[in-house]
Amino acid sequence: MIGAALLALGSHWRRHPVQLVTLLLGVALATGLWSAVQAINGEARASYAQAANQIGAGGLDRLRRADGAAMGLEQYLALRRTGWQVAAVLEGEMRLGLRAVAVTGIDLLAYPDLPAIAESAAAAEIAPVEALTAPGRLFAAPALALTLQGEPGLPPVAATNALPPDTVLTDIGTAEALLNRPGQISHLLVLPKQPLVRTPLAEIAPDLIRQPASGAQDIARLTDSFHLNLTAFGLLSFVVGLFIVHGAVGLAFEQRRGLIRTLRALGLPLRLLTRLLLAELCLLALMGGAAGLVLGYLVAAALLPDVAATLRGLYGAPVSGALELRPVWLLSGLGMAVAGTLLASAQALWRLARMPILAAPGQRAWGSGRLRARSQLLLALVLLLGGLAGFALSGGLIGGFVLLGAVLMAAALALPPTLSVLLTIGAARARGPVAEWLWSDMRAQLPGLSLALMALLLALAANIGVGTMVASFRLTFDGWLDQRLTSTLYVTARDDAQGAALADWLEPRADAVLPIRSVEIDRAGTPLFVYGIVDHPSYRTHWPLIARSAQDWDRVMRGEAALINEQMARREGLWPGDNVELAPGWSLPVAAVYSDYGNPTGQAIVALERLLDRYPGTPNTRFGVHLAPERAEGLADEIDATFDLPVGAVIRQETLKARSRAIFEKTFLVTGALNILTLGVAGFAILTSLLTLWTQRLPQLAPVWALGLTRARLARLELARAVALAAMTAVLALPLGLVLAWLLLAVINVAAFGWRLPMYLFPLDWLRLIGLALATGALAAALPALRLYRLPPAHLLRVFANER
Amino acid sequence: MLLTVDTVTKTYPGGRPVLRGASITLDRGQSLALTGESGSGKSTLLNLTGALDGFDSGEIILDGVALSRLDDAGRAALRRDRVALVFQQFNLIPALTVAQNLSFQARLAGRLDADWLKEITARLGLGDLTERYPEQLSGGQQQRVAIGRAMAGRPKLLLADEPTGNLDETAAGTVLDLMLDLVRDSGTALLLVTHSQAIAARLDRRAHLTGGRVAA
Amino acid sequence: MNVRLLVFLLLWPWAALAQGFAGLGTEADGFAVPERGHSPVFPADHGPHPDFRIEWWYLTATLTGADGREYGLQWTLFRSALKPGEAPGWHSPQLWMGHAAVTTPDSHLFAERLSRGGIGQAGAHATPFRAWIDEWEMAGDMGGDMVLSAGGRDFAYHLTMRAKGPLVLHGEGGYSVKSAAGQASYYYSQPFLEVSGSLTLPEGEMPVTGQAWIDREWSSQPLAEDQSGWDWFSLVLDDGSRVMAFRLRGSSDFTSGTWIGPDGHATALPDGSIRAEPLATAPSGTGPEVPVRWRLAIPARGLDVTVDALNPRAWMGTSFAYWEGPVRVSGSHGGRGYLEMTGYGDE
Ligand SMILES: Nc1ncnc2c1ncn2[C@@H]1O[C@H](COP(=O)(O)OP(=O)(O)O)[C@@H](O)[C@H]1O
Ligand SMILES: [Mg+2]
Repeated sequence: MIGAALLALGSHWRRHPVQLVTLLLGVALATGLWSAVQAINGEARASYAQAANQIGAGGLDRLRRADGAAMGLEQYLALRRTGWQVAAVLEGEMRLGLRAVAVTGIDLLAYPDLPAIAESAAAAEIAPVEALTAPGRLFAAPALALTLQGEPGLPPVAATNALPPDTVLTDIGTAEALLNRPGQISHLLVLPKQPLVRTPLAEIAPDLIRQPASGAQDIARLTDSFHLNLTAFGLLSFVVGLFIVHGAVGLAFEQRRGLIRTLRALGLPLRLLTRLLLAELCLLALMGGAAGLVLGYLVAAALLPDVAATLRGLYGAPVSGALELRPVWLLSGLGMAVAGTLLASAQALWRLARMPILAAPGQRAWGSGRLRARSQLLLALVLLLGGLAGFALSGGLIGGFVLLGAVLMAAALALPPTLSVLLTIGAARARGPVAEWLWSDMRAQLPGLSLALMALLLALAANIGVGTMVASFRLTFDGWLDQRLTSTLYVTARDDAQGAALADWLEPRADAVLPIRSVEIDRAGTPLFVYGIVDHPSYRTHWPLIARSAQDWDRVMRGEAALINEQMARREGLWPGDNVELAPGWSLPVAAVYSDYGNPTGQAIVALERLLDRYPGTPNTRFGVHLAPERAEGLADEIDATFDLPVGAVIRQETLKARSRAIFEKTFLVTGALNILTLGVAGFAILTSLLTLWTQRLPQLAPVWALGLTRARLARLELARAVALAAMTAVLALPLGLVLAWLLLAVINVAAFGWRLPMYLFPLDWLRLIGLALATGALAAALPALRLYRLPPAHLLRVFANER
Repeated sequence: MLLTVDTVTKTYPGGRPVLRGASITLDRGQSLALTGESGSGKSTLLNLTGALDGFDSGEIILDGVALSRLDDAGRAALRRDRVALVFQQFNLIPALTVAQNLSFQARLAGRLDADWLKEITARLGLGDLTERYPEQLSGGQQQRVAIGRAMAGRPKLLLADEPTGNLDETAAGTVLDLMLDLVRDSGTALLLVTHSQAIAARLDRRAHLTGGRVAA
Repeated sequence: MNVRLLVFLLLWPWAALAQGFAGLGTEADGFAVPERGHSPVFPADHGPHPDFRIEWWYLTATLTGADGREYGLQWTLFRSALKPGEAPGWHSPQLWMGHAAVTTPDSHLFAERLSRGGIGQAGAHATPFRAWIDEWEMAGDMGGDMVLSAGGRDFAYHLTMRAKGPLVLHGEGGYSVKSAAGQASYYYSQPFLEVSGSLTLPEGEMPVTGQAWIDREWSSQPLAEDQSGWDWFSLVLDDGSRVMAFRLRGSSDFTSGTWIGPDGHATALPDGSIRAEPLATAPSGTGPEVPVRWRLAIPARGLDVTVDALNPRAWMGTSFAYWEGPVRVSGSHGGRGYLEMTGYGDE
């Protein structure tokens, strides 16, 4: 019986191959775009993680001496014995002939979870007794390991892929012998798990400064915004794809009602039937999902190089441009496909399960349309209120997303009733029979197209929203770069001594040399960076203040007040007029608040003398150098030639800006590509809706044709209709997109990253997008219109024929 | 002569010949009942006469226009301006109200006579149903609207294909009476396909279609 | 496999237990072995014995809070030698591991520390007595006043302790046999500590008083090949007596223990004189199901009691994991104590 039932159910697809293809394509598109975004995000995150794990333990804060010198064992012990969970690291260089190799010695026992250690030891199958006791073991990348093996007098070497090419990792005991620096420690890693009770750093080791984690976490936080955008896009594409699935499944179930009734009348239990249909759906979802994964992989592979370039350039985040296949990605993609398909089919399945065996074929009452419109509007209102309530209650990121989702869903639900009203108005104002018919017919067609139009609405709104956000970010960031990067050159010395020499040397050669000096203050667990500056007109004219007070700069320079960054202002509700406690016992009035994009931590600016009063040991290694731009390159070369500075110690402002701007162009490219793709999916949704509506369409068109309109004219009208609906949807999508953009910029961004971006409007972009929407509608309607144009009259006549 | 169908042949693609040289003539204001077995080609002949489809050979001359010479646009213009059609079903435009349906063709042809439309509307006896949509009407009511719409533009020729075929006897009677009355009053010629001898008897002439030819 | 795991495969003998004693460490591998007839000498033997493979300073305490609730506390310093002997600085082969825990009727907080000897981050001295790892410390006079402190991410404690009785030697004058085949360790205790201090818990500070018990043990080959784990009891009875009893589970169980009178007079309980019978098991938190209710009988002493865990979820989810928690005693005798169980899986 099951076999027979399956055969009967399956025969539907054989008779309606277009429907089958539509369904599969819907699943494939939904899964494809979603998993493409996932693949890109996953690749980027994996790259960050790998970078962070390469020895540097980038995710951990470090303690080092302010003067840059090595510390001794006793300092490590003092910290350990007062509760600080730290791991000792000794870094140095080892010369192999002409080649310098970086040696990192870590107390392997103190932090065995450090991935580079764990991976190295596991890969090389080294027992702890070998790594921890003399002569010890060296770990190195395979090529370096080969070189090292040939060197006399070195401990045995183990090759591992977990390390960068020019680094030797070993236990600190082995390292101190290798580097001939017994009892020395370069810095301490602050381990993730710290005890409840711990003596403050300033009491045990006042000469140590805490450096915040570089790398992974910062990168992750900075790039989160970017990934958030991509994820939002992916999710919306997914939803848009589900609209297609919903339509196709709904139609297939509708058309199989008779068959299903027959099967049930023949004694097939409803539960078994439902299960069969579920199984069928899962199978289709898996097929479509598999195709979607292929599609997603291709899209991701095409976009990844640009994304990688963006992230590399924008945040220095190392992302490889090559895509890797990750099993988690495959599984989650298929999972999404199945879950999404079932979600999109829930309504159809539910209706089926409740369908009585013997009911007459449903005669749709005319009033139900209006009733449905009203209940949709009501539901939209409820959703909107729920979203607002959710936001009011929980606030923050979750609240923001709840509100965002509610707004989008409410808008989608409200679309058909709104369009219906618009069309009624249009019909009332129409002159001439054809125009009247056109408007009325559009309204009649609305129920069949509403899902596709909702999809289009969401796609357009997402495009406007995300586009506005990215463009606003670019504009703001651009302006901010101009304001913040006022020095022509930025130079970083190795230590204070070199810094002093550098400053002396620069003084006669530049218009101004501004020290950039800061300390990190541990403020109830959250770090605060306090910068000391000297008075210079460039600050007063350029510094990006977003909230000011009278004589703000004068008061700061006199040491009477402080500037704080926006993140801190928003987090702690501190604005000009309030007092900020920078450290225990050190309070200053807030003179102004400045924007500080991309920085996750709090920051404050005070007069330099003020900072030095409090923290005399503040390092003096960074300088902003003012001089005429055309002299920048020459001076940079001179500095390089005169001082022994590390690579990247001299940065030209122009280069920095140009790099940042180039990166944004890449961001735009990626956003643009996703724009087109989501719109494409929405267009496809419209196309499939039109195709599935085709059979219902002929009885509408045949009488008009018979009354004297040519097929060519009817085809043109079909096109016009689709374009008009797309245009109306686009116009409605515009305010929705702006609301979305506002939510992203003013709510979600603030909750997620602590700064608020001003919103800029880009009407030209909207025009382009509306144009794209019209093109989407026209393209989607082109095929059905062409089909109509070519339709033999005999086909139209069958509508009237008795045999129907 | 309003209509001359002269040895027309028609074969649908992939099928056997349906018409093998059918001929009829019809004078202005005259009515003709076309009978024949189911599948004999009655509807086909009617559709060809109404310029809805093309034929293979022979000629149809309607109000002086040779249909074989017309292109798609010409045929559409002819349907719009000179003939009116009533089929067994799906005559009305679902998206338009009854009132809009009634005036549609006349307005399309630019020949709306408001008084005449008012009279027709009154004679349909639909009361205030005119603001409803076709699917809210019964089958008989729908057919009445279809006839009203057909006649609103005062066509030269009304082509009706079993207009009462889907209706019960009473409804069929009302519809037929309405049609014959209107046709008479406006001097329109009528070509009516029917398989009912009783109906055929009420018309001026009859013709029988068999073997793809018309026997008078 | 990560290094942590590798480290602890070597941290004999626990790993040996986890592996069902797969031949690792049955041999002494150049380490010294306990010899029958030798007894610990004090105060020297309060300090470490780097020539022996494994050693511990193990304190458990049953406490009562100012709120009237019962608490349990553990402080343990393990020493495990990768090789016999010492070497200076980072090259020391002596690994040290600290475990600390506080158990309340509804929570169990624990922490772990790891270090190597040689640099002074962890170690032990005999005179004046001090055992420490990082900021955790047990110090003072084993026969007089002592202090104890430790803590983790979510708890800390600080206690002062005073000895109210003598040190107790287990087995034959401190030579404690662990199997029928003769594996043995040196083993003595200070079971008469009166303590007071405070616990810092997520809910806040809690002043406490109670009883503590220190175990000192060192060896190089304490288990036989077929032994899979142990159940170890230290009980302070209401009449002032103390009982140390353990069962080593193997192809045949091996039991041993010491009956300690209120005056500190110790009597060894030979193999077979103790009956320990699990009555009920319960989930232990992140670990496996373990017996949390026992019947413990020492017929020769008229003892027949039920031992109940204060909190069944006292699983020590440390690198080497086991169950360790406070218990209540009822039946022929009342009292409180500590129970340790190893070898039930998930180590
Ligand atoms: N649109 C069409 N395409 C193909 N064959 C058709 C079409 N319409 C009618 N036929 C065929 O032509 C023949 C005549 O049909 P029709 O004119 O509808 O007959 P009648 O109206 O007399 O019942 C029938 O065999 C029918 O199947
Ligand atoms: Mg017919």
